[in-house]
Amino acid sequence: MAEFTEGQELPELRVTPDRFLTVRYAGASGDFNPIHIDEEFAKGVGLPGKILHGLYTMAQVARAQTDAGGGPESLKRLKVQFRGMGLPEQEIVVTSKVVEVTGGVAKVETAAEQNGNQIVRNAEAEIATS
Amino acid sequence: MPVTTSAIGKSYPPTTYAVGREKIKEYASAVGEANPVHLDPEAAKAAGYADVVAPPMFAVVYKSPAVIPALFDPEVGINFAMMVHGGQEFVWSAPVVAGDEITTTTTVKDISERGGMGFYVFETTSVNQRGETVCVGEWTNIVRGV
Repeated sequence: MAEFTEGQELPELRVTPDRFLTVRYAGASGDFNPIHIDEEFAKGVGLPGKILHGLYTMAQVARAQTDAGGGPESLKRLKVQFRGMGLPEQEIVVTSKVVEVTGGVAKVETAAEQNGNQIVRNAEAEIATS
Repeated sequence: MPVTTSAIGKSYPPTTYAVGREKIKEYASAVGEANPVHLDPEAAKAAGYADVVAPPMFAVVYKSPAVIPALFDPEVGINFAMMVHGGQEFVWSAPVVAGDEITTTTTVKDISERGGMGFYVFETTSVNQRGETVCVGEWTNIVRGV
C-alpha cells in the first residue's frame, strides 16, 4: 500500500484514445449506443462526431487512483460528475490531489480534462493507505 | 410535463453475471490497464488472487444487465433522446476475480425535478457467490426538458 500526505499531488495520467477506441470499449462494456461508434449517426444528432463513453473516461480517473494506490483493491470509492463530452484522438489528462488522510483512507479530489475542458469534474476518490 | 415519481423504491429482479478471464482481459485492454494481475493468471496468483482480478470499473460490465431494465421501465419514463449520464458513484468492498458469479439488484433511489430537468437515480448492489457485497453503484441520469 502506498503512503499519502495531505496536499500531495498524485502522478498525472495522460492517455490519447485512438480512433477505434470507442468501438473496443463498446464491445468490452456492452454499451453500443451509436453516438459512441457511428460517426454519421453522432453528427446526425448534433454532436461533433463519435464521443467517448463517460464510463471510459471514469475508468481513466480510476486508473490514476489504482496506479497511485498500488493495485485494484486500493480504490474504495469513486464518485464523478460528467460534463460536456470526451472525444477520440485527443489527449485526456487526469489530475488528482490528496485533500485528507484519515483512518487508513486518503481522500482525493480528481478531474479529467481534454483541451482544457473538464469532462469529469468534482470527482472524489478514496484510496486505502493501509 | 412533470416527472412521475411513482417508481421510487421499485426494485427489479436480480441478474447474475459469470465473470470470465478473457472478458476481464478484454475490458482491461480497452481501458488501458497494464497491471498483470488483470491479464495473467500466474501474476494474479502470485499476488494472492485465485485468478485474474477485475479492475474496479469492471463493475459496469457485471452491473449493466441489472441496470438496463430499470432505465427502460415505462413507469420510470425516461425520455432517452434527452438523457445524459450526469454522474456515477461506486463503492467497492471486495475484489472480483474470474470464476466469480456476481448477482446485482437495482432499485430506483430517487426521481426528482429541478430547473426543468429530471434527475433519475438508480442504486445497484452486487454480491458474489459467497454473499459478500463487492460493489454498490449509483447512476444519476439527467433528462433535459421534462
